[in-house]
Amino acid sequence: MKSGKRKLVQVITAVLYNCNFTGFASGKIYKGKLKSACVPGLNCYSCPGAVSSCPLGSLQQSLVSSKYRFPYYMLGMLLLLGALLGRFICGFLCPFGLVQELLFKIPTKKIKKGKWSRALSYVKYVVLAVFVIGIPLIFAVPGFCKYICPQGILEGALPLAAANESVRGMLGKLFSFKLIIAIAILVAAVFIFRVFCRFICPLGAIYSFFNRVSVARMEVDEAKCTHCNACVRFCKMDIKKVGDAECIQCGECAGVCATCAISRKPIIGTKKDSQEEAT
Amino acid sequence: MNKKLITGGLIMAGFLLLAVGIATGGVNDVLNKAIRICYECIGIG
Repeated sequence: MKSGKRKLVQVITAVLYNCNFTGFASGKIYKGKLKSACVPGLNCYSCPGAVSSCPLGSLQQSLVSSKYRFPYYMLGMLLLLGALLGRFICGFLCPFGLVQELLFKIPTKKIKKGKWSRALSYVKYVVLAVFVIGIPLIFAVPGFCKYICPQGILEGALPLAAANESVRGMLGKLFSFKLIIAIAILVAAVFIFRVFCRFICPLGAIYSFFNRVSVARMEVDEAKCTHCNACVRFCKMDIKKVGDAECIQCGECAGVCATCAISRKPIIGTKKDSQEEAT
Repeated sequence: MNKKLITGGLIMAGFLLLAVGIATGGVNDVLNKAIRICYECIGIG
């Protein structure tokens, strides 16, 4: 699939996730039944436009409530999304991935991947264990939402504060702390490709567990592969191999494969697309 | 093990957990949180 088509999918997805347009003017969030379901990507449910829930926020809330009820619903939701789509969600269906990719387009000197970035890519599993699972279970607080999530500031706090005076009046030190984190991530995204996805995002960490076996996945035809490693060198994520846990299934590597050994299984985008892109 | 078998098993387990979650009211936990402004998310506390 061509990069332009992927961008279009990302934009449409971001708009569909946040199509309660009147909320942006009123400073109030959508309260309908659709919010009992989750979107696949990281999208704050306190965004005035959001019509559905954030999977990460909902998982933490379910863990906070797990003293009373085992979180079957959210575990099922994430298992299903992961098994069907894996990190295709990161590549195509996450609004924050889109924001970072757009920032990375700003023409400036870029910091390339290396051993350091490969090592840092494991940090997201620590964030998942500590902030998404540990803190909610032990302290009954959604740790990731409260202390890290930049989407809560970008999509939630800023639009709400702009239109809602009572919210604006309540913002304090925690908001300032989270705002600094959000700004740091956005600035870093100008220089480092998808810095949040690669090193911090616990949702990507969850989906990465399924990436090799999900219905949507990238595959390499071993019979055609010459092991030239052009795909791994071309990829801006920290992959060791196409389709591994770090692969966001963007499919752009297929365009540099001289033997057309890389293909997407089984949904959208074909080898033909990749060949068109290469020429 | 066959990849298709693992994928199929995961999808079935996902549906099963989702169904149990809906039956036991887990869906309400999600809805009740999502229809109120999340103070943690927006940095109020």
